[in-house]
Amino acid sequence: MKRYMERLWNGIIKENPIFVLMLGMCPTLAVTTSATNGLGMGLTTAVVLIMSNALISLLRKMIPDRVRIPAYIVVVASFVTIVQLLLQAYLKSLNDALGIYIPLIVVNCIILGRAEAYASRNSVGLAIFDGIGMGLGFTVGLTCIGLVRELLGAGTVFGAAVMPKAYEPITIFVKPAGAFLVVALLGALQNKFKLKSATNGSVPATAGCGGSCDKCAGSACAENHARIAEKK
Amino acid sequence: MKDLILLFVSAALVNNVVLTQFLGICPFLGVSKKVKTAAGMGAAVIFVITLASMCTFAIQKLILDPLELGYLQTVVFILVIAALVQFVEMVLKKISPALYNALGVYLPLITTNCAVLGVAINNIQFEHTFLQSIFYSVGIASGFTLSIVILAGLRERMENNTEIPKSFQGSPIVLITAALMAIAFSGFAGLM
Repeated sequence: MKRYMERLWNGIIKENPIFVLMLGMCPTLAVTTSATNGLGMGLTTAVVLIMSNALISLLRKMIPDRVRIPAYIVVVASFVTIVQLLLQAYLKSLNDALGIYIPLIVVNCIILGRAEAYASRNSVGLAIFDGIGMGLGFTVGLTCIGLVRELLGAGTVFGAAVMPKAYEPITIFVKPAGAFLVVALLGALQNKFKLKSATNGSVPATAGCGGSCDKCAGSACAENHARIAEKK
Repeated sequence: MKDLILLFVSAALVNNVVLTQFLGICPFLGVSKKVKTAAGMGAAVIFVITLASMCTFAIQKLILDPLELGYLQTVVFILVIAALVQFVEMVLKKISPALYNALGVYLPLITTNCAVLGVAINNIQFEHTFLQSIFYSVGIASGFTLSIVILAGLRERMENNTEIPKSFQGSPIVLITAALMAIAFSGFAGLM
């Protein structure tokens, strides 16, 4: 039981995919214009992650090593399609708000990263809990960034006005430039307080994505890789 | 013809793929240390996006639509793109070693570039014709190349800058630069 709880703790706090591993930057920047969108995207990704982790863990002894990446991609893409169809049917508003970023969950590095680094090496139960932990960690991260952007950029929280009337919303925070600014400030704070983060090289390269940095174009991984090479 | 040029300009500048749509952020931040590598990545992206959107367009119209398999779009597209990238790599190696040397290293990185899948899906969603989809894809890819080269140019200049506050060194200053670029690019919205 302790190992399962450890997975949850690991995903949400210790190796939070957004604050610590800095994975999946595209949705992090794109859909966090409001806390609601961030929450929706986070939960959608979490569902795909849990299901793909479970199936990949079940199939881990059957998938030949050489074709594992295409096999993972097929598994992930199938679950993304299922989730996309469900959203179209039952949560139309969320589907419209997230648009193209739903099919793009397929290429989110968190999902393939967890498949490669964890699900393909561990039992189903642990892989599911890893998915839940990482998925919730991603959701928490996206919702926090969405909260900050929505509060500063529109003066609301989850759509409800909280700022006094005199507050003039800083619209740039809900515009694309604001996304870069918020993540930049987050990184600066992490550097300032020496918090653990992939962008300042204090996380082992193997933590996020199985360590295959040469195969990955992830920004965090690329930076990480360069820093590790320098240290050597 | 005018429509096509308009589509190209709007894809490259107004709806810049990186700075307004956030597709392909990973290579944008990860492969933008030197102008030379950034330009190589950009060229490879133009090549692959154009080829991939032509292939996925043909598959959608000739196979998925007639057989009513539209729901397989995501699965089919990502597999086609992954296979295509591998194929292009092999063909280039055989036919044009010079081009392979220039683009080869960037090709494996492109499979994980969400701009490729994004453009392929957008072409179908916006109901482009074949010609429109080519112009749109080249436009999007040129926009990507333009912004990654600009960012690399800026990064080269500030590489040895000691005035950057300590906390902002590394990735934060790159993101701040990207934010300023996004503000500048939002000015293009007035073009349309």
